[in-house]
Amino acid sequence: MNLPAIIAIYKFEMARWGRTFLQSLVSPVIATSLYFVVFGAAIGSRISEIEGVPYGAFIVPGLIMLTLLTQSVANASFGIYFPRFTGTIYEHLSAPISPVEIVTGYVGAAATKSIIIGLIILGTATLFVPLKIDHPMWMVGFLVLTAVTFSLLGFVIGIWADGFEQLQLVPLLIITPLTFLGGTFYSINVLPPIWQKISLINPVVYLVSGFRWSFYGTADVSVEVSLAMIALFLVICLGLVWWIFKTGYRLKS
Amino acid sequence: MAPIISIEDLWKAYAQGFEALKGINLVINKGEIFALLGPNGAGKTTLISIVCGIVTPTSGTVTVGGHDIIKDYRAAREMIGLVPQELTADMFETVWGTVSFSRGLFGKWPNPAHIEKVLKDLSLWDKKDSKLITLSGGMKRRVLIAKALAHEPTVLFLDEPTAGVDVELRKEMWQVVRNLRDSGVTIILTTHYIHEAEDMADRIGVINKGELILVEDKDELMHKLGKKQLTLQLHETLDNIPPELNGHHLTLANGGSELIYTYDSQGPRTGITHLLTDLGQAGIRFKDLDTTQSSLEDIFVDLVRRDR
Repeated sequence: MNLPAIIAIYKFEMARWGRTFLQSLVSPVIATSLYFVVFGAAIGSRISEIEGVPYGAFIVPGLIMLTLLTQSVANASFGIYFPRFTGTIYEHLSAPISPVEIVTGYVGAAATKSIIIGLIILGTATLFVPLKIDHPMWMVGFLVLTAVTFSLLGFVIGIWADGFEQLQLVPLLIITPLTFLGGTFYSINVLPPIWQKISLINPVVYLVSGFRWSFYGTADVSVEVSLAMIALFLVICLGLVWWIFKTGYRLKS
Repeated sequence: MAPIISIEDLWKAYAQGFEALKGINLVINKGEIFALLGPNGAGKTTLISIVCGIVTPTSGTVTVGGHDIIKDYRAAREMIGLVPQELTADMFETVWGTVSFSRGLFGKWPNPAHIEKVLKDLSLWDKKDSKLITLSGGMKRRVLIAKALAHEPTVLFLDEPTAGVDVELRKEMWQVVRNLRDSGVTIILTTHYIHEAEDMADRIGVINKGELILVEDKDELMHKLGKKQLTLQLHETLDNIPPELNGHHLTLANGGSELIYTYDSQGPRTGITHLLTDLGQAGIRFKDLDTTQSSLEDIFVDLVRRDR
């Protein structure tokens, strides 16, 4: 185990985050606060409670999930794409470091960043809406699992991308729409039955549902199913990463 | 000297079918400076990249310090430092930060004293807090060398390290390379400045179209393939070489104002005394003379041309 290398990558990535502090930390916090102001205070006061939870509080888990997904993907994809773009990837490839160690460094840093942002948004939310967390351990579990899973997905995207445009493509065209349609702002139970069924093919539904359950004890799908779906997605992402290093895809000629 | 790198029957064919290396066999000895010469696209960088783990070989084996570069890649790579040809760097990182990162990546715990020594040796100490984006090309090149030395490697690959570096800096860098060799580091370099190989290397390898066409001790190579020429500048121009001098295989140059005599300076007899006696007897007077030895560049060009 090359522990110094994992720490070096982790610290390097966290330092990069420090250099782009405003962009990395402040902007998602501001954006989410605006959601609270608009949906929680302005419009939310005119919306009736959903499953016994005031609307402003109802959207908190979804908003944290929205940020967690986009930040995990963005941080991890950029983290590994940048050395490929600048050419410094030669150092990773020639270092005595295993694929598992590279992934641990990059994905660990990306997940850490998005978890910190998620917790800050949670803290910000308490300033706007009354919050309760029924199952704090589950809440932390969902937070960490989702951050790690989507950081792995980001890592895969960062290896696959051949330019900055492709780097933006998946988050913009897939992650954001799936999150908005995944029950961030509503319970899928309010949808017509056919749309409820269609929503169930959206993996984000399970993430938001499970996460919201850890807050308020209510869920669109059972918490076990949510957990199983995240685990499945984690296994798929791990499989993709394993394949990338086995074949040297976009890394080695 | 004991071998430190051993390359056996190494082949590399790219997906498009291009064969970059065709059965390379090479042994690098511990503590030597080995210069790898070859025209563009000859396979120099591919060879270095395979040893360092960046490119996967098609077949063949490579060991570094007895460790197979694939089966025992950790032990092999820990020994190696690589300075790549391209000026690639984390532009927004500081010199200290990026060099320390390299040390960690190669499995070594932080050692500020070592990083300080490397930066001072490369005249980078006053730039340690500067971001790479603010440095000149030559400075960036030195940072790449510092990164390669951060984990105290015993083998250093320098892939055209002096490309785009001014004369002053180049001299400084070669002094660093000599110091490294004196400290026991084995150095493998590629360069386009052949006189540098002539100055620096203990052994020379010439690679062309993916094949090693020659590996030789530098002095022996110069001795074997290097020719010496004596040029005599004549008082009066000649139209032809007089028949009594035919045995010396002379050539006339510069409109008949110069006589050129080619000889082997290491041979038992150079034939110069005999030639000068014959010239005197033939009444040919000369006002000046000059001798030149063929450079490594001449030898290299000649070898590569012959291989075409």
